[in-house]
Amino acid sequence: MERVDPLTIPAKGLRDWSEPIAFAAMIVALVIAPFFAYPLFLIQALCFALFACAFNLLIGYVGLLSFGHALFFGWASYLAAHAAKVWGFPPELAILTGTATAAALGLVAGALAIRRQGIYFAMITLALAQMMYFFALQAKFTGGEDGIQAVPRGKLFGLINLADQMTMYAFVVVVFLAGFLLIHRIIHSPFGEVLKAIRENESRAISLGYKTDRYKLVAFVLSATLAGVAGATKAIAFQIASLTDVHWTMSGEVVLMTLVGGLGTVFGPVVGAFVIVAMQNYLSTLEQWVTVIQGVIFVLCVLLFRRGIIGEIAHALRVRL
Amino acid sequence: MFEIFGVPSQALFGQLLLGLINGSFYALLSLGLAVIFGMLNIINFAHGAQYMLGAFTAFFLLQYVGLGYWSSLIVAPIIVGFTGILIERFFLQWLYKLDHLYGLLLTFGLALIIEGVFRKYFGSSGLPYQMPEQLLGGQNLGFMFLPNYRAWVVAFSLAVCLTTWFVIERTKLGSYLRAATENPTLVRAFGINVPRMITLTYGFGVGLAALAGVMAAPIYNVSPQMGADLIIVVFAVVVIGGMGSIMGAIVTGFGLGVIEGLTKVFFPEASNTVIFVIMAIVLLIRPAGLFGRRA
Repeated sequence: MERVDPLTIPAKGLRDWSEPIAFAAMIVALVIAPFFAYPLFLIQALCFALFACAFNLLIGYVGLLSFGHALFFGWASYLAAHAAKVWGFPPELAILTGTATAAALGLVAGALAIRRQGIYFAMITLALAQMMYFFALQAKFTGGEDGIQAVPRGKLFGLINLADQMTMYAFVVVVFLAGFLLIHRIIHSPFGEVLKAIRENESRAISLGYKTDRYKLVAFVLSATLAGVAGATKAIAFQIASLTDVHWTMSGEVVLMTLVGGLGTVFGPVVGAFVIVAMQNYLSTLEQWVTVIQGVIFVLCVLLFRRGIIGEIAHALRVRL
Repeated sequence: MFEIFGVPSQALFGQLLLGLINGSFYALLSLGLAVIFGMLNIINFAHGAQYMLGAFTAFFLLQYVGLGYWSSLIVAPIIVGFTGILIERFFLQWLYKLDHLYGLLLTFGLALIIEGVFRKYFGSSGLPYQMPEQLLGGQNLGFMFLPNYRAWVVAFSLAVCLTTWFVIERTKLGSYLRAATENPTLVRAFGINVPRMITLTYGFGVGLAALAGVMAAPIYNVSPQMGADLIIVVFAVVVIGGMGSIMGAIVTGFGLGVIEGLTKVFFPEASNTVIFVIMAIVLLIRPAGLFGRRA
């Protein structure tokens, strides 16, 4: 993979502060955003932002392109919706149920997919996701074409009523930030350094004694789990789980979000998710053209704009974002 | 008519034949993917869209130019192959120095564009395409009724696949191709125009997809989505077979089609997923694929 590392010649002072400054800016933006935009739009964008960050953990830091991340996002949303609606779980337990499902699926899919490298990895994840799409289509509890509708939002810890839009928004912000900081922690840990070593040169990492398959599998499960958190939260917030979220187009969308924002940047996936979700909302009158526009963005990004929005900014300012 | 394992022979052999037909499409498509990957190091995600383009081109040729099936069989792959050449010249040629993944992402974008445009203008429902008169009807073989057209599709696909294998593995042109796959710089040093060869290879691979599309048109309806789900199955076929061998792609394609057909008879619920399950099993037992070499 062509490295788009913005850190060629770092300006020392700015480099140390760029990430905290960007993080503070993001917090401020999240606090004032509800005054300018619909809470539901923000909730949707934040769920996808977490999804894209989870996906980016694999492509950006281990160099693995998963083309089947809808599998974890969608199945987590099904199980969360089912737990909340049929089993009557409170929202936090419903989300945990969905997340655990995604983690388990991630373990199985990851163990299979890491047996092949590069381009095959992408095809295997895509194929496995398609298989589970057919299961979702045929299984009874998923409701087939209808999906699981009218999922109750419930009371968080039995205390906080999530029916209120602003409360829900606050809850999603907390979930998103927890996931975001966890990913940040992972990529800056010794474990994360090994992941980057695998991305740069897997054979050398092996020769240094690292069991790279194990590292890749753990990274895959972490990514799947966090994608599951995003999917489960989205199911509770939007009170629906449907086939859209397990279809391969969803896997493609999360790739697009990350690519637009910047592969391998910390803030890129967040920005990319907001851009794509905003585009889908504002261009929804164009219906079928949305797919075509997404395709055009893919082509333009790959040909002219491989660093993505945040990657370009970071490159121009010579900082790491 | 008689029964085998409690299944009427007509149903069993009918599904087997359908499996062989799907298998021909898997074989033609995975063959094209393997040839393209060999030369360009790109997984062509637009392959399904180009298969669909083949079917639509045949439909347009009949509708507006009056060219029938037999002419379309030759003309449509050439037209679609030519659009492939344009795609290679305008887009793909800039990606060869980059990671494989960018080729996948770019062709995925192209697939979204092509399929999106066709869905916009032709909706999701399929358009019917007339079967050629000469192949209407069928033969009663005693144990089953064999529609002529279906027999033709299987036979012709097999012939195209074997010809491709012969050209690549047994002729001078093929040896240039294989040499350029191994070491393009060295082959260029011998005065062979490798970039042109790459362009034509992509055009040829795309043409194969379009050919499959033309043959599929009279069996399935011509619809914008016809290639989208198919390409994912073909990816699984490619993972199972491994892209190292041309014959491997052909055998795996036909074989998996037959297995899928049999699954439809004995365990219909799993017919959509059986190929993916086989893929998972192959990954556990032979991670490099049945015919693949360990990378």
